[in-house]
Amino acid sequence: MAEALSQSGKARLGRLFVYGCLVVVALLYLMPLWVMVVTSLKPLDEIYGGSFIGVPKVVTLDAWRAAWSEACIGTECTGLKPYFVNSLLMVIPAVALSTGIGAINGYILTKWRFPGANFVFGLLLFGCFLPYQAILIPMARTLGLLGLAGSIPGLVAVHASYGICFTTLFFRNYFVSLPDELTKAAMVDGAGFFRIFWSVILPTSIPIIVVSCIWQFTQIWNDFLFGVSFTSGSSSPITVALNNIVNVTTGRKQYNVDMAAAMIAAIPTLVVYIVAGRYFVRGLTAGAVKG
Amino acid sequence: MSASTRMSSRLAGWLPRIVVAPSLLVVIVTVYLFILWTGVISVTSSKFVPTYDFVGLEQYVRLWATPRWHTAVANLFIFSALFLALSTGLGLLMAILLDQNIRAEGALRAIYLYPMALSFIVTGTAWKWIMNPGLGVQKVVNDLGWTDFRFDWITNPDTAIYTVVVAGVWQSSGFAMAIFLAGLRGIDNSVIKAAQIEGASLPLIYRQIIIPMLRPAMLSVIVLLSYIAIKSFDLVLALTNGGPGTATELPSTFMFSATFRRNQMGVGAASAVMMLMTVAAIIVPYLYSELRSENNG
Repeated sequence: MAEALSQSGKARLGRLFVYGCLVVVALLYLMPLWVMVVTSLKPLDEIYGGSFIGVPKVVTLDAWRAAWSEACIGTECTGLKPYFVNSLLMVIPAVALSTGIGAINGYILTKWRFPGANFVFGLLLFGCFLPYQAILIPMARTLGLLGLAGSIPGLVAVHASYGICFTTLFFRNYFVSLPDELTKAAMVDGAGFFRIFWSVILPTSIPIIVVSCIWQFTQIWNDFLFGVSFTSGSSSPITVALNNIVNVTTGRKQYNVDMAAAMIAAIPTLVVYIVAGRYFVRGLTAGAVKG
Repeated sequence: MSASTRMSSRLAGWLPRIVVAPSLLVVIVTVYLFILWTGVISVTSSKFVPTYDFVGLEQYVRLWATPRWHTAVANLFIFSALFLALSTGLGLLMAILLDQNIRAEGALRAIYLYPMALSFIVTGTAWKWIMNPGLGVQKVVNDLGWTDFRFDWITNPDTAIYTVVVAGVWQSSGFAMAIFLAGLRGIDNSVIKAAQIEGASLPLIYRQIIIPMLRPAMLSVIVLLSYIAIKSFDLVLALTNGGPGTATELPSTFMFSATFRRNQMGVGAASAVMMLMTVAAIIVPYLYSELRSENNG
């Protein structure tokens, strides 16, 4: 009896320890976000007065207003607004293009297999793991030759091209588990290549379309390397503008504006994550080809 | 069968290949041809713009004679080793703890993973502020009474690279956790039950049975995190901008600044080729084995 009691006491202690660890780690993970939010809501004097992690004494949205429409990026003091729009103009077509193309590629590579299909998939797959430094210079030259240098359509083309590798991987791995009978039956009924894709395959692939869109949206929105390499000035995406705001070296450093700017850049992907985190995780683990 | 239906059925046979061809072409050009192009530039004397005069391996010799490149390579080793060890260890620990029938598992998992949704520029900006010695964490701890406490890694050239590790681990360990958790969920419970009946303690079961069974997940985590480490660029730029001095230079930032800031395109291309070879040495065997085991099983 006594032994049983101490056993259950030990187990209770064990549970307590597990929960304790998990909560401490969770707080550590939330800390940067907390710091960003409270700093962005404080007036600058309070920050220089030594308030770092505490709740703001005075809550003000001035820093957010400044980050959105007043802060200087280079010599232009427009705030992040135009760059936020740039990122939207870049991300929407690039996500749509790469997801659409990836869907049809995945369909072909699983349901219309041809000799060499595996090799084609291998070629695309390596593109997922390409260190982009290896293609920066030729891409910059090519965009220049095509007249797309420093433009949003240029960035769309770049992101859509390299996005195809990821989206094809997603759709291929999803379609591989769809039974072939589905397409075979449709074929017997006289449906052709596009017809089957449109009315048999696509209706079953909503989850993977969501995964692909979320993954591509997050990747492209968060991209910095292509943005900083291929654009300059007013055509930059938001990540580049954010980095410029933060690296301003003149005057008294406006930490609250920096944090508000970082939050503005982070909100779209955070919202997507909160709304559809489940799908985000699936995209993430798809990189581990078999998990 | 009439000639026209034969024609159309032959066309139908080719249709999938015709539809996939443009994407394949795009990838062949933008991945493989561009890699080749970078390789070509790395054996020319290109400076501000590409010039196509063959100079042999001169740029590679120059690259390896550059102290800044040595710093970058040494940093990559320090950063990757710590980043991998800490992210994998922390990720595994969190996955194991989360796998103990935790009540708020969904919420906790979401908290561990949200940094993955952020841009490295956002992460870098936030951590730069947190590690600010004058107003950040150091100040908080000093105000609590530990006046000797120093957390000024970011301004010290000897320790600045560890700030990149901290921010990187914060961002990516949740990713390791997600893959490990998926692996743990795939393990048959009866194995654990059997071991418990044999009288094995829980830590022993994890050490001897479960963690060895996570080998495929471990491989995925290590490969994918290595890839993240090698291409890390935005994080360093936002956090330290490669500084103080060149203390946190990585191959990725070296390549960028050589090419676009210092007009040494040939050296930049040579460093890009070195990076590509490193990634390929890790990724190609991995993809090969993943695809092969997929075809077999």
